[in-house]
Amino acid sequence: MIVTSNLSKSYGSKSVLNIADLNIPKGQSFGLVGNNGAGKTTYFSLLLDLIQPTTGYIKNNNIKVNESEDWKPFTSAFIDESFLIGYLTPEEYFYFIGELRGQNKADVDALVAQFEDFFHGEILNQKKYLRDLSKGNQKKAGIVAALIGNPEVIILDEPFANLDPTTQIRLKAIVKNLAEKQGITVLISSHDLLHVTDVCERIVVLEKGEVVKDLVTSEATLKELEAHFSGSETV
Amino acid sequence: MKLKHFLNLEWKQYFRSSYWQKSMALNILLVFFALYFVVMFLIVGVAIYPILKDQFPDQDPLFIVNSYIFYWIIVDVLMRFFFQKLPVMSVKPLLTLPVKRSKVVNYVLGKSAFSFFNFLPMFAIIPFGIMLLINDYPTVSVLVWVLTILCITLIINFLNFILESFSAETELSFLPVIAISGGLFALNYFNIISFTDLVAQAVNGVYNNPVLLLVPILILIALYVVNFKMLRKKLFLDSSLKSNVKEVNSSNLEWTRKFGDSAPFMQLDLRLIWRNKRPRSSVFILIIGLLYGLFFYPNPTYSEMPWIFGFVGIFVTGIFLINFGQFVPAWDSGYYKMLMSQNIQYKQYLKSKFNLMAFSVVVMLVLSIPYVYFGWNILLAHVAAAIYNIGVNTHVILLGGSFNRKKIDLNQRAAFNYQGTGAVQWLIGLPLMLLPLVIFGVSYWLTNFEIACLILALIGVVGIVFHQKLMKLIVDKYLASKYKMIDAFSQDS
Repeated sequence: MIVTSNLSKSYGSKSVLNIADLNIPKGQSFGLVGNNGAGKTTYFSLLLDLIQPTTGYIKNNNIKVNESEDWKPFTSAFIDESFLIGYLTPEEYFYFIGELRGQNKADVDALVAQFEDFFHGEILNQKKYLRDLSKGNQKKAGIVAALIGNPEVIILDEPFANLDPTTQIRLKAIVKNLAEKQGITVLISSHDLLHVTDVCERIVVLEKGEVVKDLVTSEATLKELEAHFSGSETV
Repeated sequence: MKLKHFLNLEWKQYFRSSYWQKSMALNILLVFFALYFVVMFLIVGVAIYPILKDQFPDQDPLFIVNSYIFYWIIVDVLMRFFFQKLPVMSVKPLLTLPVKRSKVVNYVLGKSAFSFFNFLPMFAIIPFGIMLLINDYPTVSVLVWVLTILCITLIINFLNFILESFSAETELSFLPVIAISGGLFALNYFNIISFTDLVAQAVNGVYNNPVLLLVPILILIALYVVNFKMLRKKLFLDSSLKSNVKEVNSSNLEWTRKFGDSAPFMQLDLRLIWRNKRPRSSVFILIIGLLYGLFFYPNPTYSEMPWIFGFVGIFVTGIFLINFGQFVPAWDSGYYKMLMSQNIQYKQYLKSKFNLMAFSVVVMLVLSIPYVYFGWNILLAHVAAAIYNIGVNTHVILLGGSFNRKKIDLNQRAAFNYQGTGAVQWLIGLPLMLLPLVIFGVSYWLTNFEIACLILALIGVVGIVFHQKLMKLIVDKYLASKYKMIDAFSQDS
């Protein structure tokens, strides 16, 4: 589904990302881990064509993202709060996103209704603007908005950060369901090794912009990741 | 020594802000303004004594000056209210550090005393004082007088912050201030209560009896204490964290459906305007724009010069267009990344802005119909100007928007907020306002009023006819600068 080829991004002489080859098949739940500055957000930004690659390209469903916009209808993302429109209520925001993705109000309502327990009664019918919600609740709204409109690729940057434990567990269930049952390609970045090994079939470790590990998740993965990160931190 | 640290922080904040680094031109302009005022005040300070002596040989120049202090106070309060802001300091990081709250407050207030607004009068007052000494006024009295004026300056300084803190909450805060100062001025002007005399007598009193200097000093101290208490109260984290959340009325704006593809964006824009302080103020500016014609039309000087009607028409019918349009797409800067990764086309996005602006021009034209009272030709000029606005200026301003690289924080206060203003906004004004003025003026001069209106309108019609082509051009321009805009909008200024 997603093909990365010779991709690099540098600012001046400083290279921040350099991925020679990375393929993510359809329906895979893909986890990206790495320390701060490893290039996770840079990779997602390139995937969403928010920044320009220095060399190489990413193909999303055979569409080069920096040349055509045709990947947009089947791709959705929640990177950070700047994806929210602060002066809308969550409902208005969902309808707005729905409208952009060709969904009518009933479609959006039906989808959002599935996430009632995820919202924990703190999002819908609160008569509050998104900007007045807490960070965690904003995140919930943003994640659910990314599920609107039957996307085939969903990109979530640090979805677990700022969420309370209950919501983290519910989110894991949601993400698993997306990949396993609905065949959606889900890309997640996280600092939380436990969550990411729970959820993702495959985990790639980035370090200083390069892929240093590419693992199929198994029993041993968490141990391996922990060893890797505790080892690399002492260097 | 905490003061040193504070000053160090300020210095870094100022020079490391991207605002400073990116808008050199604006800074240079401001420095020039400041220098200009300093020089003007110096000249006034030196020259006023001989001039008054020459014009009113039988009066004491000092008393004449004193009798004008009331006007100075009123003007100074107004100027400061609009232009001076309490120096801000990001206190949040300091709250958990071992710094006494009172120290922070004293620092902020103390710093405000060194504002340019307080120095400026001194450039006139001190030379004037020296002139007085040269002309054999008693030294002590002159010193006391200068100190009195300094006290008044500082009193205004601190009074202003009290006014501002009361008005910061609401939108139209400037109205009561204008109303009160206007009222005082009127009371004085119609001699109901002569504040001029009262103030003059007070200042003369201090001049004659130096002990009375205590009065302004006490007032000053009182105001300082009030300010101190108010600020200290605000210095707790919960006051900045707690935002008064109002219940939201949401309406679904179904009528925008008529606009087809761009309907979701129309809804978004309408909510943007209505729910955020700053864009909402561009709606209130409509009133000012609408009344702008009153400045010209009833005035016989201008009714002799019909070539200016075209310009007034552009301004009156285009006030919203100019005010709102100059910050496209910066209005959406907060969530621009999201828009760019969504399944949208620039065309629909820009089309919505275009519709909104064109619609506002029509509304303003209808509202300006009463100007017909001052002559039919005014209505004619307004219609022509409105067509020109829709056909040409909307496109020009959207095109200018593609050069926009400055983020806007929607929640900041509205009036006299220059955030997001850059060279683009200054430059775009030229083709927007001057071009139609020139077109109209030249064709009026070459032919007559009706033909000039016709030409202006025709150019507008050409713009409307080529609307699709022009929009395509503009969309290309936006696409070309997409990455730059995303990058610029995601930076904090």
